[in-house]
Amino acid sequence: MSTVQTKIETASRSLGYRKFSAGQFTFERDEYFAHILYPGGRHLIPIDAYLRSLMRDVAWGFFYGTVNFDTLFGTINRYGTVDMFVGLLNEAYYSANRHYVETFNSRQLRKVFMEMLEDWTNQGFDPFAAPDETGVPFGPKQGSNSKAIHRERMVAKRMVGLPGDLPYRSDATGETVNRQFTDVPQDKPEVYAEPGFENEVHAFNMFAYVSRSDVTWNPSVVSCVRDSQFCCTTEEHILPITHGNDRVEWFIQATDEIIWDIDDGKTGRPRAKVIMKAGDVAAMPADVRHRGYSPKRSMLIVWENNDGTLPQRYAAGELKPYPVEF
Amino acid sequence: MSTPTYFGSLNDFKKGGVTVINDDPKHYVFSNVFEVASKSKPYEKVAVGKNLNYVIEAVRAEGNSPWYACEHDEAALVMDGEVEVHYVKPDRPQTPAGKEGTVKLAGEPAGQKMGWVKVRRGHMALLPKGAAYQFRSAAPGVMLVQTILGDCTVEKWGEICQK
Repeated sequence: MSTVQTKIETASRSLGYRKFSAGQFTFERDEYFAHILYPGGRHLIPIDAYLRSLMRDVAWGFFYGTVNFDTLFGTINRYGTVDMFVGLLNEAYYSANRHYVETFNSRQLRKVFMEMLEDWTNQGFDPFAAPDETGVPFGPKQGSNSKAIHRERMVAKRMVGLPGDLPYRSDATGETVNRQFTDVPQDKPEVYAEPGFENEVHAFNMFAYVSRSDVTWNPSVVSCVRDSQFCCTTEEHILPITHGNDRVEWFIQATDEIIWDIDDGKTGRPRAKVIMKAGDVAAMPADVRHRGYSPKRSMLIVWENNDGTLPQRYAAGELKPYPVEF
Repeated sequence: MSTPTYFGSLNDFKKGGVTVINDDPKHYVFSNVFEVASKSKPYEKVAVGKNLNYVIEAVRAEGNSPWYACEHDEAALVMDGEVEVHYVKPDRPQTPAGKEGTVKLAGEPAGQKMGWVKVRRGHMALLPKGAAYQFRSAAPGVMLVQTILGDCTVEKWGEICQK
């Protein structure tokens, strides 16, 4: 495993951004690009796309499986450690042995990524927001936006609104209805609980709750049945990363429409396109990577199985990559 | 002004689909909950998602359901219509210990009334472990139930999914 060394250095050009290192990787940014230097090469990613991907990788704790920032660079969650790579999951790079991978302690790498996000995110740019809702990240360093990048991931233990669980969102908490969901009813369920059963006779307006999310492509858990988690999210524009599954996950399109590009998880070769409209349900097999496009802000329920043994069981071939045979 | 939000309903839904490039569309187990419910019997619990032992069931809510009980929490999300959920705390356990999934009861069990909720589109109701419950819906509606594969789960993937 490589040791993370955070170097606080001034970039060669005086744009005001720090340079970061992790193992043999070095990260620099300029007006328009993140530069990733690694043994064997240099890779550039447009800074807006890079910051949006980095935000998800940090916020999700490297998520389930692979977070592909683009077709070359990304991370693979090993749950305690994380692999950072260039070209590992690119067929051409891998077959030409031009790929590069290092393994890090997850906590240490997350710290580097968080510091990078903090330093490289300019005032007025929110990497969690839809492009139409935020400023631009380009140019020399201009202030910061700590509030935007330090949002906590919302995870209900049982169900939103129960005592001791995630609270409701409301105008009073500063969580207002998103501009594209002003027509989502905000009515409350009628709840008549007999004395002593207030913690069990429970219902809440999940669509209203989701309509007040101020982030895109960032699932928050609203209900759990053991390891079965309903992770609700609002989607607009493009999923910044291409998510590579290490287990089967499911999508339930609650409103509007998302178009998904599905590629092979290891090679990146295109496998399918899935168009999902309100009410559609689809599985994402354990061996694909997927990227979504949502023209209008939509509501998606990402249904996850949080069983920690699954990545090993799928990787070992004990479980088939698709969930149902018929 | 933003584009209106499209929800879909039992009587008005559009369905997407899978276009394969190099794959089998069956791997995506693609279906639509409104279409499934439009062809279901009232309170038939048709699996539209399955992740090992966990399932999501599409349920057509229409009239009064049987009484059900469950050893673990479940959740019901209304996708269309208006549904009441009535709860009873049974005097005696209604399910064998360790039993997973929804259990259909012979009738309303003896016990203490816990209360009820009325939920509409977008509302999610808790179906708490150990409680018995009944759905009541004056008009046809659609629910998604987050639960575990059980005796009441109906699997008919070949009928509901894109092939």
